[in-house]
Amino acid sequence: MSRTEFMQGNVACAEGALAAGCRFFGGYPITPSTEIAETMARRLPKAGGVFISMEDELGSIAAVIGAAWTGARAMTATSGPGFSLMMENIGYAAMTETPCVIVNVQRGGPSTGQPTRAAQGDMLQCRFGSHGDYSTIALAPNSVQEMFDLTVKAFNLADRFRVPTFLMADEIIGHMRERITIPDRVEITRPAPLLEGKLPFEAGDDRVPGFAPFGSGRAIHVTGLTHDERGYPDTTDPEAHERLVRRLVAKVESARREIADYEVVNPDAGMVFVTYGAPSRTVQQVIHDHPDEEIGHLRLRAVWPFPEFALDEFPDATVFLMPEMNMGQISREVERHVGQPVVPIPKLGGDLHTPAELLRAMEAYR
Amino acid sequence: MRHEIRFSGYGGQGIILSSVILGRAAALYDNKYAVQTQVYGPEARGGASMGQVVIDDEPILFPEVTDPDIYVIMSRQGFEKYGIRAREDAFMLIDADLVRSRPACRYCEIPATSEAKNTLGREIVANIVMIGALVATTGVVSRDAIERAVLDSVPKGTEGLNQRAMKRGFELGERACNQ
Repeated sequence: MSRTEFMQGNVACAEGALAAGCRFFGGYPITPSTEIAETMARRLPKAGGVFISMEDELGSIAAVIGAAWTGARAMTATSGPGFSLMMENIGYAAMTETPCVIVNVQRGGPSTGQPTRAAQGDMLQCRFGSHGDYSTIALAPNSVQEMFDLTVKAFNLADRFRVPTFLMADEIIGHMRERITIPDRVEITRPAPLLEGKLPFEAGDDRVPGFAPFGSGRAIHVTGLTHDERGYPDTTDPEAHERLVRRLVAKVESARREIADYEVVNPDAGMVFVTYGAPSRTVQQVIHDHPDEEIGHLRLRAVWPFPEFALDEFPDATVFLMPEMNMGQISREVERHVGQPVVPIPKLGGDLHTPAELLRAMEAYR
Repeated sequence: MRHEIRFSGYGGQGIILSSVILGRAAALYDNKYAVQTQVYGPEARGGASMGQVVIDDEPILFPEVTDPDIYVIMSRQGFEKYGIRAREDAFMLIDADLVRSRPACRYCEIPATSEAKNTLGREIVANIVMIGALVATTGVVSRDAIERAVLDSVPKGTEGLNQRAMKRGFELGERACNQ
């Protein structure tokens, strides 16, 4: 029997993690993500899992990577300052192809900024924040229900592609309470196993090697150094490095259509909003209050890898309007893919764009 | 119809809990939609606290409260910070013992804190008295829904006290409305 609750977004995220089989949480509580750690601390031991309150966020992500290599589904949750501290080891997770989930309940930055206010300022950091070339997956919930659903999905994607996967929420979605239906069971996709006769970092057509966690019987060397398919460091051969890094990027980027998750409203529209996360709710309100097929809406639930083909769903688009709670981070990505004007509608300070603000922004393009 | 309800008082009165209970009543027991939000800040016991709820028969898209039509105000500071700019056609419930000022909109005075202290014997249930009065005066959720939401939100062993507080709130609300 599924159950219906009136629940906070952050708690729904923790419930999603538990439903997905997450059995390790290493974290350092930080506003506005703290309720995720609190819920995991309370619930994980009873579910046979482990919660560790780490000394900082460097330790948190390191512990999560270690736990993932024991075969556990592992997660941490943080916000801006903690997210910045995690960057080096996020690159390590990408390089070692460690499946793990990192939740960022975004708040106003830079630096300690606005601890209790919402923002979407880390949308490029989750894609490019660690050094070197790699690719990641980022999902953006816009409701309490999606805090649950997309957390489950993040674990499945992390396992499917052996890549750190981000749930990029914000303070508004993390702290609001709404009705949520929690199903009895959720679909769980674990990593493909490392087959007999295959090397630990030898990938097939999908470019994702089979996973043999520690204790599963295979002796595996795991390193952040450039490595060959055996996992052994090979740091000077240009070809080895290029082959590895190209595969790390391509395994995610070549699966853009498989990972893509978006909603299209009014595909014949000329004026098209592109959103993700909380601002999508304002656009939905505008379209509800002003039913007009000339106003389109592309709502991305998966922001990275960026599904540029989703923009083609609006063949008559004359302008793309992009309300984001940042200075236009994803609008730069949209701009790269279309010939039409792309207009950022930035909102800083912690409040969501109001419907009136979007109506004013639309006037110039009517 | 969309209603935006704002609760304000001081930390420790159960202002946030009141907003959660109201949202819960609407979303789980009245078959409506509700979004509850609150001001997160460094406020602790004594500081101005604020929680708000959007209730609608249709799914709620824009989740934030921008211009409440219903207010529940339980402290002077709460009135000054979160109530004083109420629009003219709004409706406000005021804990008459704690707030001296009166708004420009329609309002009802509910002596929730003194009733809780003197009649019910526990000041801590003043917020539940206010919730009862809110439901009696506005009908924003049904009495049955609020009763169920109160009962599953309060600590075990305090159900009777909270039920009495809510019923007292219903009576105070009915009386205030008839004035």
